[in-house]
Amino acid sequence: MSALLEMRSITKTFPGVKALDEVNLTVREGEIHALVGENGAGKSTLMKVLSGVYPAGSYDGEIHYAGGLAEFRDIADSEKRGIIIIHQELALVPLLSIAENLFLGNEQAARGVIDWRGTFRRTEELLGKVGLREAPTTLVDKLGVGKQQLVEIAKALSKQVRLLILDEPTAALSESDSQALLDLLLELKAQGVTSIIISHKLNEVRRVADSVTVIRDGSTVSTMDARTQEITEDAIVRDMVGRDMAHRYPARERRAGDVLFELKDWSVWHPEHADRQVIKSASFQVRAGEVVGIAGLMGSGRTELAMSIFGRSYGQNISGQVSIKGREVDVSRVDRAINAGLAYVTEDRKSLGLILEEPINRNISLAHLQGVSKNGILNDNLETEVSERYRKAMNIRTPSVFQKVMNLSGGNQQKVVLSKWLFAEPEVLILDEPTRGIDVGAKFEIYGIINELSAMGKGVLMISSEMPELLGMCDRIYVMNEGALVGELSAEEASQERIMSLIVTE
Amino acid sequence: MSLAETTTTEAQPMGIREYLLGHLRTYGLLFALIAIMGFFQITTSGTLLRPVNITNLLLQNSYIIIMALGMLVVIVSGNIDLSVGSVMGFIGALAAVMVVNMDVPYLLAIVICLVAGGLIGAAQGYWVAYWKIPSFIVTLAGMLVFRGLSLLLLEGQSVGPFPREFQALANGFVSDIFPAGFGQALATVFGARQVNVLALGVGIIAAFAIVYSGMRARSRNRAYGVVDEPRAFFIARNVIVVGAIVFIMFKLSTFRGLPNVLITMGVLTLIYAFLTERTVLGRRIYALGGNQKAAKLSGIKTERLTFLAFVNMGVLAAAAGLVFAARLNTATPKAGFALELDVIAAVFIGGASMSGGVGTIVGAVVGAFLMGVLNNGMSIMGIGIDYQQMIKGLVLLAAVIFDVYNKSKQG
Repeated sequence: MSALLEMRSITKTFPGVKALDEVNLTVREGEIHALVGENGAGKSTLMKVLSGVYPAGSYDGEIHYAGGLAEFRDIADSEKRGIIIIHQELALVPLLSIAENLFLGNEQAARGVIDWRGTFRRTEELLGKVGLREAPTTLVDKLGVGKQQLVEIAKALSKQVRLLILDEPTAALSESDSQALLDLLLELKAQGVTSIIISHKLNEVRRVADSVTVIRDGSTVSTMDARTQEITEDAIVRDMVGRDMAHRYPARERRAGDVLFELKDWSVWHPEHADRQVIKSASFQVRAGEVVGIAGLMGSGRTELAMSIFGRSYGQNISGQVSIKGREVDVSRVDRAINAGLAYVTEDRKSLGLILEEPINRNISLAHLQGVSKNGILNDNLETEVSERYRKAMNIRTPSVFQKVMNLSGGNQQKVVLSKWLFAEPEVLILDEPTRGIDVGAKFEIYGIINELSAMGKGVLMISSEMPELLGMCDRIYVMNEGALVGELSAEEASQERIMSLIVTE
Repeated sequence: MSLAETTTTEAQPMGIREYLLGHLRTYGLLFALIAIMGFFQITTSGTLLRPVNITNLLLQNSYIIIMALGMLVVIVSGNIDLSVGSVMGFIGALAAVMVVNMDVPYLLAIVICLVAGGLIGAAQGYWVAYWKIPSFIVTLAGMLVFRGLSLLLLEGQSVGPFPREFQALANGFVSDIFPAGFGQALATVFGARQVNVLALGVGIIAAFAIVYSGMRARSRNRAYGVVDEPRAFFIARNVIVVGAIVFIMFKLSTFRGLPNVLITMGVLTLIYAFLTERTVLGRRIYALGGNQKAAKLSGIKTERLTFLAFVNMGVLAAAAGLVFAARLNTATPKAGFALELDVIAAVFIGGASMSGGVGTIVGAVVGAFLMGVLNNGMSIMGIGIDYQQMIKGLVLLAAVIFDVYNKSKQG
């Protein structure tokens, strides 16, 4: 097979920094090529160079594409040649229909008048190809993230894609949606579409990729070919972080104390549809020093459960009791929940957890401003000291705590969110997808922080879509399905198969 | 993966050029103000900086600045208030009807007016905060309602004049507390006709206070290793600011001394600067505007804060209405017409962001002065109101384009 794409010694410098240093990437016609590396390694920059976001001339090196030297001026230019990127943050218009989104900017029209019949027919064709059973008139708003992802791919197909680039396509997807998406990629491959997939999920990379290129600190570290060698996750991890990762999950001494947090008969109804019960009489406990997991598919109500407990931030007609250390507490507002000793680390740190425009120190103090003020007047020095303390303790990589959070990588942002909630001195932390979208190195650090919390006698409730993570970290796992807790497994009994079977049989 | 991510290794001492690039906005505003003043000083052959004109400039812009303080808070919280011009006019009318027609003691009238302003703010803030109705719409409605109410209240007529004590709100001056001989002596030293020692003294004390607090902040920042303003910049900035303050106060002292309004304005500016920068309340307003959902999930009562921002705006609009009525010595149905636009423009020129969470009190005040100097300078030059409007519009656009350009370069 010949190479469809060859990027040769690409070097991209920003004022003062070399973001890419002589990076090489060769993608053969008809293969799935995985691009992996820690956050900040340069993957996205490389893809921006490829797609023309950084136009020819603003970087050094050559791009050879489909048998010729390519010098893209902008995205439109590269799209015309069949290079299409699907970003992590989907770019669909929520209040337009699937059909309208598919042909946005490429409307099926004659003299400016849209041919709706043709549009719908082609939409149905494309939806068939990606295996999405929805009417072309359905609003994108009504689709889950997984289905929206499929719409994006259908849109790419409508543009005669030759090289499809997916940036973390499964980061926000549930296990089953991820599997479906990967199957689709393999099917597209069979139809001759070449793809580049950027992913942190190494098991997925191993499953679909024909070759893997690892980037670290702006340079190519290695390229592995699945046809000539076996690609192991350990080998990838070693190349990514530049060191051996003996244990993916740091060891912890397990010792559960008294019951710290207890939830009884918790029921929640949907905020808009009052007749839809989202959480069905859930009850569970977390002991001091325990890490308890909640497993379940996307949409099973895990986040809704957590947010409804945390100051009724989700739902209506909430009933049930919350007790901390055996005493019933009032969690009817966020400030009361915080005072009662709860903290909720959101799954969506950018839109719910951080104020991106503000610096690290101001984000860390936000949930506990009384800790850095006296009589309502802030003590900047104390705030700086506190932030510095967390910067060191959490190993937040930043020149200073006055850096805007916006400029940090995902892993460092997550550490800022964790710092913010630790500073509020909670008894019980609810961590919702604490390692979503962050790289292996930072994940390991966050696991370490969770272990420290447990050693301090805090209770940790951990929600995660990544089952290996739950299995590696938790003392007990509750399984959630359709708003109800359908099972409880101890660390010894738990396995991916048992969790799935609990979800499926209920 | 942004570029800063890959640079997050070591803090590097910044060169002057990099520092200037990073803080173009702050200095740009100061430079623009100086440049514009210099320009008009030349084109008006020195009229701009005559003591009488400086005094006028302050009086003319006082109500805009007072409202800009409240508007900054509203805009930082992620909202906007289009009704302030109408509310200001309405309060002026209310004051006139009470003081002139009904002989209500003026102090009582002032209190009633401020409370009325707060209630108006509360009435609008309620819908914005608790019903989540966009502030643009609520206050657009308010703008119409209060415009109509002033007409109704004044029955379409101008009402005035006010008693002298009320006029003093805007046109009064603080009398010198130092013996007259002292001022006379200074006047001969400086070759001026008279010198109000109090005004000059206040100017010098204010200048010292600014330098002192600046130096304290600087040494504190250095102790915490914050990437710092280069020394040359710090000195230059302080020399300019101190020079400007002492110069203006000296000019004022050779005319009629400290205007009451300047005291009001100065004190309010200090209070709001402190409130926004140094208090928990202020911090929460920035958080609310920066990311309402994240603020709410951090335990901040976002609804109540939004509500309070509007109440505060109402009170300040009322204060501005009183000053405006006192200055004109009459309440007219037209008072405050389209003034909300000047106030909003001042805040945006001062660097606030339309999407909330960004902006400073000092920026808003400087922005208001910039607009004020433009108005005043162009009027002295005899430029028609037609061109004046166009030029002001373009200045606003330029300031915001500059912001956006700056931001895109950083990002």
